[in-house]
Amino acid sequence: MIRRFFLPAVTLLSAFIFVGRLISLQLLNSSYKLLSDENAVIENSIHPERGYIYDRNQKLLVSNQPVYDLMAIPENISAFDTLELSKILAVSKVELKDKIKSARTFSVKLPSFIVGKISKERNAIIQEKIWKYPGFFLQKSSVRNYPVSLASNLLGYVSEVNKNDMKKDDYYRLGELIGRQGIEEYYEHFLRGKKGKKFYQKDRFNRIIGSYEEGKYDVPVEGAQNLVLTIDKELQKYGEELLKNKMGGIVAIEPKTGEVLSLVSAPGYDPNMLVGRKRSKNFRKLAMDTLAKPLFDRGLQAQYAPGSPFKTLNALIALQEGVIDYETAYLCQKGHFYARGMFMECHCRLGTKNNLSSGIYRSCNTYFANIYRRIIDRAGENVEEGMNIWNNHLKSFGLGNYLGYDLPVGKKGFIPDADYYNYWYKKGGWKSATVVSNAIGQGELLTTPIQMANFTAAIANRGYFIQPHFLKSVSNDSLSKVYEKKETSIDSIHFETVIDGMHQVVERGTAKVAKIKGIEVCGKTGTVENFMKINGVKTQLTDHSIFIAFAPKYDPKIAIAVYVENGYWGGRWAAPIASLMIEKYLNGSIKRKWLEDRMLNGSLLAEYEKPYSGEPFVINE
Amino acid sequence: MNKNIIYRLDWMLILIYLILVSFGIVNVYSATFSETLEGVFDVSQAVGKQVFFLIFSLFIGMIILAINSKFFEQFATLGYFLSLLLLFGLFVFGKTVSGATSWYNIGGISLQPSELAKVTTALVIASLLSKFQSDLKTPRTLFKIGAYVLLPFLLIVLQPDPGSALVFGAFFFPLFREGLNYTYLIIFLSVLALFFITLSFHFGMVIGIIIMLIFLLYFIFKNLNPRVKIWPFLIFLIISIGFSFSVDYIFDNVFQQRHRDRINIVLGKEIDTQGVGYNINQSKIAIGSGGFKGKGFLEGTQTKGDFVPAQHTDYIFSTIGEEWGFIGSFFLIFLFCLLIFRIILQAEKQTNKFRRVYSYGTGGLIFTHFFINIGMSLGMIPTIGIPLPFISYGGSSILAFSIMVFIHLNFDANRLNDW
Repeated sequence: MIRRFFLPAVTLLSAFIFVGRLISLQLLNSSYKLLSDENAVIENSIHPERGYIYDRNQKLLVSNQPVYDLMAIPENISAFDTLELSKILAVSKVELKDKIKSARTFSVKLPSFIVGKISKERNAIIQEKIWKYPGFFLQKSSVRNYPVSLASNLLGYVSEVNKNDMKKDDYYRLGELIGRQGIEEYYEHFLRGKKGKKFYQKDRFNRIIGSYEEGKYDVPVEGAQNLVLTIDKELQKYGEELLKNKMGGIVAIEPKTGEVLSLVSAPGYDPNMLVGRKRSKNFRKLAMDTLAKPLFDRGLQAQYAPGSPFKTLNALIALQEGVIDYETAYLCQKGHFYARGMFMECHCRLGTKNNLSSGIYRSCNTYFANIYRRIIDRAGENVEEGMNIWNNHLKSFGLGNYLGYDLPVGKKGFIPDADYYNYWYKKGGWKSATVVSNAIGQGELLTTPIQMANFTAAIANRGYFIQPHFLKSVSNDSLSKVYEKKETSIDSIHFETVIDGMHQVVERGTAKVAKIKGIEVCGKTGTVENFMKINGVKTQLTDHSIFIAFAPKYDPKIAIAVYVENGYWGGRWAAPIASLMIEKYLNGSIKRKWLEDRMLNGSLLAEYEKPYSGEPFVINE
Repeated sequence: MNKNIIYRLDWMLILIYLILVSFGIVNVYSATFSETLEGVFDVSQAVGKQVFFLIFSLFIGMIILAINSKFFEQFATLGYFLSLLLLFGLFVFGKTVSGATSWYNIGGISLQPSELAKVTTALVIASLLSKFQSDLKTPRTLFKIGAYVLLPFLLIVLQPDPGSALVFGAFFFPLFREGLNYTYLIIFLSVLALFFITLSFHFGMVIGIIIMLIFLLYFIFKNLNPRVKIWPFLIFLIISIGFSFSVDYIFDNVFQQRHRDRINIVLGKEIDTQGVGYNINQSKIAIGSGGFKGKGFLEGTQTKGDFVPAQHTDYIFSTIGEEWGFIGSFFLIFLFCLLIFRIILQAEKQTNKFRRVYSYGTGGLIFTHFFINIGMSLGMIPTIGIPLPFISYGGSSILAFSIMVFIHLNFDANRLNDW
C-alpha cells in the first residue's frame, strides 16, 4: 500500500508546502509589495523654468540662460584622450578621472554628472569635439541670467539646496535650486512654481521602459510666476553708479504707494558672479570681504545715527504736542549751554535768532535742543512721560521696529524710551538735558536708510506712509495684497511749516547744491559722527554724509534717503547724490553734468583705508 | 488503429493539459512582452516560437494517439539508444549556450535532446521491468536498470547540465512502486537528508547527528523486532559518515563556486541579494508583491522590468505569482496535483506492467520538475535550472512533455483493448 500511495502522498505534501509558502509570501507579508515598487518605479521631477523678474516698467532684470552639463554613461566610455578632454573642459586631468571613477561607482548604466554649468562659449568647443568621446554627452539646464549687472543684494541669487533646506521643506530634493537672499528668497514660491512628478516603470538596469500605471500618480507642473518689481531699473542703475567707490546706501520710495523705486547698497557685486561654476568660490570671496561687506545690504541692514534729518521729526512732535508754535524762536550763540559746563556747539553765526523754518534750514542745534527739552519736560518734572510720548510719536513713523517690507533681511533700528534711560541712569537719575543728543539725531538713536526714506515719505505725504514694498505684481495677478495707509500721530496741518523749512534747506540752507531747476525739492542734510574701535581704542572717523529729500514739494513723486559713509558733511556727497537721483527720476536726464561728473568720479576709497593704515590719521579733512 | 479511440480518450486529462499549455503561453507572452512584439505568431519572438512548438506538439500528439500501443514497447530500446546517440552527438555538433552544450541548432530552431531522453528512458525502463524474467529484488535487474538510468544521466552531467540530469532521479518513483526494496527508499531519503545536513552544519556536528539518528533508528527497530542485529546499522553509520565526507569533498572540490553559492543561499548561510542570491530574491519579491489577486495580466512591474532573470523559462512561476497572485498560483499548483493524481490513478488501473511503469514514470517526471521548479522559485530549493512542464518557455520541453502525456493518453485509452 505504501508503494502505491508514495508518489501521490509526496505530491500532496509538496503542494501543501508550496501553498503554505505562497500564503506566507503573498498574503501575510506586505514588505514584498514595497520592495517591488522600490525596484520598479522611478520618480522623475519636472521643474518649471524659474520665473523672470522685471522692473516697474516691464524691463527685464533677471532671466534664465541655458547652460550645459557634461554627463557620461560609464559603460559606454571607451579609451579616450583624457588630456585633451580635460583641456577643453578646463578642469584638471586628475579631477576628470576622479569624476569618471565616482560615476562608475554610482552606476555603469546610468548617466552621471561630470562637469556642470558649462558656458555657451565652451559648449561650442565641446559640441564640436564630443563625437571623439563616446559615452559623454551634453545635457541642457538653465541658470540665472542678468542682462544688466544690477541690484545684486536686492535680487539675491539661486543655488542648490543644502541639507538644512531639505529638512525645513520636504519639497526640495538634492540638486534642486532654491532662491537665496533678496527677492529670490522672499518670493521663492512664485519664482520656482511647483515641480511636476512623473512616475516611470523601470527595468533591472534602472532604464525607463514606460510610464507607470499610465501616469495615474503623475503630478502636473505648476508654472513659475514672473515678478514685476517696484524698482525702477534706470534709477537703480544710476544710484549704483553714483555710489561707486563709496560706501553707503540709497533708498528711494514713491510716497503715495510705498513702492520702493531703488535700493542701492555700495559696494555691491556683480550678480553674475554667483552664477555658474565659480559660484561657491566667488561667494566665499564676497563673504570673506569684511571690509567692504558686499553681501551686507546697507540700505536695509546698516544702522546709523539719523543725524540732523531727525530734527524734522522733533519739530513735528513739538508742534503736535503744542510746546512750540511757528514763531517760537531761540537765540543761537554758536551753540548754547544746556547744563552747567555743558555746551552744545552749533555752526550758526553768533546771535542768530531761529524760528522753526530757519531752525530747519540752518540746522540749528540750539533751536532743536531747546524744543526737544520742551517735549521731554512738557509734563513738568515727569520726564518719563515726555520721553514715552516722544517715543510713541516716532514709532508711528515706523522707527525702532521692522517695517515689514518683503525682503528677508532688515534691522529694527533703535528709539530709546523711559525704561531704557531708567535702566542706564536709574529712575530719576536723568533729565531732558541728559538725553539732549536725541534732539539732533545723535545719542542713542539708530535708524536704517529705508526707515529714513520711509519717514521722509510720511512727511511728503503730510502725515501717513504706506509700508514700503518691492513687489508690484505677479504675472498671473495672484497677488492681491493691498497696503493700507499707516497714519502717523502728527496732524497733517503741522507738516506744511516743516516742509517749508525743508524747502528752504535746498533753496538757501545747507543743501543749496541739491537745487534742481524747475523742481521744488525739500530736504534735510545730516552729518553724523561715528566711531570705530582701532586696536581697542575708540577712534572717531570722518562723519557720515547723509541727506533725506522728497520732490516735488506738492504732490511728491519720490522720497529718498542717502547715506555716504565717512563722506564728511551732508551737502558734500549725500545731498548732490539725492538731488541727481531726483532729477534722473523726475526729468529722465541730468542737466547738471558738472555735478554728475563730480559724483560719479568721486572716490572715498582713500578715506576708507585710513583706519586700516595702522598710522594716525586726520578726519574730516 | 481503432477509430473509437476518440470515445475512450480521457478528455479530462486533455483539458488539464490544454489549460496548462495555454496558461503557459499567456505567461511567456507577459514575461517576454515588449512594445515591439507583433503578435503571438511572430516566430522571431519567444512567444511565437512557443506557439509554433505547441502546435507542432499537438500534431505529434495526434499521430501518437493514432499509433498502436504495442509499437511503443517495441520501439522503446531503439528510441532509447537513438536518444543516447543524440546526447553523444552533442559533444560534436552541439551548440553551447551559457556554458552548457545541450542544444542542436537546426535551421534556427534549438532542440534539447536531454528533454527527449526523459521520454525514451521512461519507455525503456518500463520495457525492461515488464520483461517477465526481470525482478527488482535481483541485483542483476537492479544493475541493468541502474545502468540504463545512469548512462543518459552521465551524458547530461557532462554537457554540463546537472539540473536536467538530476531529474533522472524521478525514476525512483516507478521503481519503488514496482517493488524496489525499502532500503533504497531509506537510502534515497538519507542521501537527500545527509546532503543538506552536511552542508548546513559543521562536520563534527554532522557526525554527531548521524550517530544519534542511527542509534535512534536501531532502538526503534529493536523495539519492533527484537531479533534486529546491530551490525547493519554500524555499516550504515560508516557509509553515512563516508558519504558526508564525500559530500563535503564534492562540495568543496567538484562543485563550481556558482553551485556552492546557490546551495548556500537556500541554506541561509549567505545573505546576498545583489550577487548570486539576486535571482531568488527577485523571484520572491515578484511572487510576494502579487498579493491575493495579483497585479493583473501584463501589469507585473517585476515582470515588465525584467528583474527576474530567466523569467520566461526557469522562473516563469514568478510571473504567475506576480500577475495572477495567490489565486493564480494556487490554481496552477492545484492543476499540477490534479494532473499527477490522474496519471497515477490511470497507471494503477493498467493491467499491463509496461504501460503502468511508463505512466508512473511520466507522473514521477512531471512531479520532479514541478517540485524542483516551484520550490526554487519560492526560494526553498537551490537554483536548479529546469523548466516548469507545459508552462516554461522552451520548445524541447513542451514537445517532450506533450509526447510523454500523449503516449500516456494512448496507453490509457487502449487499457482494455489490445493485449
